[in-house]
Amino acid sequence: MDYATLIEVLGSTLRLGTPLLLACLAGLYSERAGIFDIGLEGKMLMAAMASGAVAAMTGSAWLGLGAGIVASLIFALIHGLASITFRGNQLISGVALNFVASGATVLISQTLFHQGGRTPPLTGDARFQAITLPGAEALASVPYFGPFYAKVISGHSLLVYIALAAVPLTWWLLYRTRFGLRLRAVGENPESVDTAGVSVIGLRYTAVMLTGVLCGIAGAYMATSLQAGFGREMTAGRGYIALAALIFAKWRPWYALGATMLFGFLQAIALRPDVIEGTLHMKIPVSALDALPYILTVIVLAGFVGRAIPPRAGGQPYVKER
Amino acid sequence: MTETTDAGRQATAALSGAAAPAIELRGISKAFGPVQANKDISIRVMPGTIHGIIGENGAGKSTLMSILYGFYRADAGEILINGRPTIIHDSQAAIRAGIGMVFQHFKLVQNFTVLENVILGAEDGALLRPSLAKARKTLAHLAEEYELDVDPDAVIEELSVGHQQRVEILKALYRHADILILDEPTGVLTPDEADHLFRILRGLKEQGKTIILITHKLREIMEITDSVSVMRRGEMVATVKTAETSPEELAELMVGRKVLMHVPKAPANPGDTVLKLENLRVTDAEGVDRLKGVSLTIRAGEILGIAGVAGNGQSELLEVLGGFGAGKVTGRMEVQGQEVVLAGHGATGQTRRARGIAHVPEDRHHLGLILDFSAWENVAFGYHGAKDYQASGLFMDNAAIIRDTEGKMERFDVRPPNPHLPAQSFSGGNQQKIVLAREIERNPVLLLVGQPTRGVDIGAIEFIHRRIVELRDAGAAVLLVSVELDEIMSLSDRIAVMFDGQIMGERLPAETNERELGLLMAGVAQTKGAAE
Amino acid sequence: MTKLPTWADLVLVPFISLLLAAVISAIVILAIGGDPIEAVTVMVDGAIGSPYGWGYTLYYTTSFIFTGLAVTVAYHAGQFNIGGEGQAQLGGLGVALVCLALPWPHWSLALVAATAGAALFGAAWAAIPAWLQAKRGSHIVITTIMFNYIGAAFIVYMLVEVLRPVGQMDPASARFPEGAKLPNFGQIPGLDLIFSNKVPANVSFFAAVAACFAVWALLWRTKLGYEIRAFGKSESAARYAGISPVKVIMLAMLISGGLAGMMAINNVMGESERLVQNASEGAGFIGIAVALMGRNHPFGVFLAALLFGFLYQGGAEMGLWTTIPIELRLLLQGLVILFTGALDTMVRMMLVPFFRLARGAV
Repeated sequence: MDYATLIEVLGSTLRLGTPLLLACLAGLYSERAGIFDIGLEGKMLMAAMASGAVAAMTGSAWLGLGAGIVASLIFALIHGLASITFRGNQLISGVALNFVASGATVLISQTLFHQGGRTPPLTGDARFQAITLPGAEALASVPYFGPFYAKVISGHSLLVYIALAAVPLTWWLLYRTRFGLRLRAVGENPESVDTAGVSVIGLRYTAVMLTGVLCGIAGAYMATSLQAGFGREMTAGRGYIALAALIFAKWRPWYALGATMLFGFLQAIALRPDVIEGTLHMKIPVSALDALPYILTVIVLAGFVGRAIPPRAGGQPYVKER
Repeated sequence: MTETTDAGRQATAALSGAAAPAIELRGISKAFGPVQANKDISIRVMPGTIHGIIGENGAGKSTLMSILYGFYRADAGEILINGRPTIIHDSQAAIRAGIGMVFQHFKLVQNFTVLENVILGAEDGALLRPSLAKARKTLAHLAEEYELDVDPDAVIEELSVGHQQRVEILKALYRHADILILDEPTGVLTPDEADHLFRILRGLKEQGKTIILITHKLREIMEITDSVSVMRRGEMVATVKTAETSPEELAELMVGRKVLMHVPKAPANPGDTVLKLENLRVTDAEGVDRLKGVSLTIRAGEILGIAGVAGNGQSELLEVLGGFGAGKVTGRMEVQGQEVVLAGHGATGQTRRARGIAHVPEDRHHLGLILDFSAWENVAFGYHGAKDYQASGLFMDNAAIIRDTEGKMERFDVRPPNPHLPAQSFSGGNQQKIVLAREIERNPVLLLVGQPTRGVDIGAIEFIHRRIVELRDAGAAVLLVSVELDEIMSLSDRIAVMFDGQIMGERLPAETNERELGLLMAGVAQTKGAAE
Repeated sequence: MTKLPTWADLVLVPFISLLLAAVISAIVILAIGGDPIEAVTVMVDGAIGSPYGWGYTLYYTTSFIFTGLAVTVAYHAGQFNIGGEGQAQLGGLGVALVCLALPWPHWSLALVAATAGAALFGAAWAAIPAWLQAKRGSHIVITTIMFNYIGAAFIVYMLVEVLRPVGQMDPASARFPEGAKLPNFGQIPGLDLIFSNKVPANVSFFAAVAACFAVWALLWRTKLGYEIRAFGKSESAARYAGISPVKVIMLAMLISGGLAGMMAINNVMGESERLVQNASEGAGFIGIAVALMGRNHPFGVFLAALLFGFLYQGGAEMGLWTTIPIELRLLLQGLVILFTGALDTMVRMMLVPFFRLARGAV
């Protein structure tokens, strides 16, 4: 693999890693607060559909983003209702909402556009366009760093940079603010929060809503930035991969960046069979490449690479003891 | 001391214009479904005093305090704080009213530091730094004033139980609590740590704080309280001045009749050695040594009691002997002269039962029973592979198990005697009888029994004790683990004291007393008779 | 909170859940400009209005019984197997390999061998997630989902590179030999009086019913079933009783995967008679809804599978004859899972006042 190819692969690593990163941070807020969310996938899918549809109708990527966030928030609210208010099974709620999303997205986009469940292709302002960072052109001729800056760091849509900025922001929120302290406490021992006179329910709903916002951005990015429109099942298991990345990242923001970019890299090279063949000097079936990110997810979950203790109160509804 | 108390009272009286009680409860009632946990309870606690609330397990003490702390809402009744009617609908309201609570099970975040736990919910602003700095200063003050020294940067899970409790007290004081409620604070402490706690409480009282101490231990009530209320079956049966009562009177009030402190039993007639344990060591998954070379023997027809504060390796000992120990286990175990696999492959509850080792576990809700299963399914639990429970071929003989359960229920007086009811619908005593019937009716050579009467009503306690003694008389070896020193003293033929994963010493009940055992439980080794 | 009587818990709660899901679906139909009444009429007509409709409804029911039982067995062991879809796909591969291996002399021999093949492949696909859960504590929900994706990719590979006959364009296996053809309801003496031989419902329906009895006997009459249920209720207590967690998780998941795989005798052997891409068409996922709706009891699973067979066939007809997209089925399925599995407390709380009133009136 020569340097130019590497630059290309790294560039698409960042593009493909971005939805994973947003979803992974989304999951981080939920799970740190003690709520499992298998439904990242469904929220992303809803957001992708809503943003694709609204962007297609209004021609504005920003309105699309807003619609994506709202759609994702509605699903987050239902998940909160089931798992916080009614203390239901969080796994089942997430799985159920994923099915609802699968059905609802096609149902709505088919009704609106009659294009087999797709939205019309987005062009111009209906998409978030790539941003060229200052100095990218001037530096392009500098050996090694120039192309890296111009094609890996620069040249992505705004949402990519928002996702990257969300990493330090999440870290700061989690470890430097009152909200973060309480959020981490409620995922470890909700009783400690309750007896301190802070609402467990309020904190958990806030966390679930934050999850909704981030999944919304992730879905909107898929439909208005990574691709030009919504297509059925376009998230293709990214919500689940993000959960695996979250475990791999030990529920920490900076590790999440690393883990999701690793998965992004795998997806990027899976798209380049020519590179793999050139590097390994053998033919790999396309379906094996397709399966690669999922296989890696299983290996990560098997804990052969790094193991961590999840938030202790994860997955359990909070009931005051009798 | 009386002078300062009076001074405190006068100060409060001056503020409110009259000597209003710090806390007054009027006619508090609370029901959970058909169970009346609190019935028309009224008490008055004067400021600057230590007030004890004593009662059996399940008498309603914790419910009452949970109402006072805003965890539950009373169905009826009124709460007055410093003479003012106060509605406490959540913990926040309780904290505002100046009430602090130290729960039996600490409400601490295990992987947070002491400082983080102290400020949680009482932060000064959206950013953590200023709050942490302020808390650090305040803690230093409090540490000096009340002997409450804890390293503010220590992580909770690395602290001893006694220190964790101090963090809970610090939390309450940091929130300016004037009224401190402690729920069974000494259950997890060594006598030494308990003494330290009492010194802290006396210090707080001298500063004018009001303290409510919930306990079922008479000794503590007599030692530290000014007045005491006795609860029985959800009712407040008496409130008396501590100086004017006696342990005997309180015990009688608690139980409602004279308590039988000693189980009638003949002297032991020990036979051959049944259990021989050599140098048992257990290291858990986190690398902590739980058992550090335990050796002991029990002979047929003998009860060996293991005394100790909870958490000193007793649970691990029972688990390993019962065939389900976790972590790294080394040592040697012999039953009737034959070696038994300690852990790993070949060590399961099944193989133990096949060797005649029965086990009444410490925690019947999480180990001994499946609460959703019916009584008859629970009678088969652990013995579901027994020959008499199998029909021909592949299937279990459910009818045979149900018949057997009916018999057991009759012989052990389980009420209601319906084998089809789920285990959770029985009272604690009846649940324990189901477990006991299951474990002892197959004539084990060795019975492991942990906390046999925890959460069990008085009537059932006597029954259970008698059955254990009967099993001993029939020639079984019994290993009894209990944190209740009374129980150990009255049942055991020999007593071994555990501390920090080791046997500190063995004593004969007739030749020892609570004071000596207490010292051993605190890890103070004696010159004579160290571990054999 | 007042407790509901057992019958209400078993019958009323699922029924109300279904009703809620139906009401929301009706609102969605209205919102997208459809007519809910028309939708229901078309569904009822298409699914149970004729022997032809029944032939399809029972065909889907057969698949859903197998996948519903698969979820049920795993659920009793405390495991949430979402991998039924992948296991069913792999079961299809097992069926195809068995059917194509020999020129089978009679369908009954082929059925026995194909059932074994299907169960074996389905169980194999559940084995790795099960082992990872039992030994490494890897979250079985995520690993089984991952195995669905991996399985789909694997089947594509097998169809394109291995099983596709030379010269054939579409990624599918060769047709199964004549001796591996299962009689459908139109070819079974007695039933042929009602059904034409164009219906896909076939003898594997009876295998599914037998599987219901087998699972019931397994769970409530055998030592293994006792251990599975005990472990599922309390892991710590099971360890005390000497029940091996590894054994229970592995066996329950292998049985679960085997059952999911066995659905392939219905769709692959009984209907399409060759292996195609995505043969199970989401039946593995519907098993989750079926198991929850059927309260994880084989008899309940049978009834719920019948209901979902109706919804599936009716939904297909609706997609054909009305403007309402067929994906409404997926929405309804998700809503049923949501209400029966996650919002069941809400449904119960809705019912409690009625029972209080009723009690007060007496």
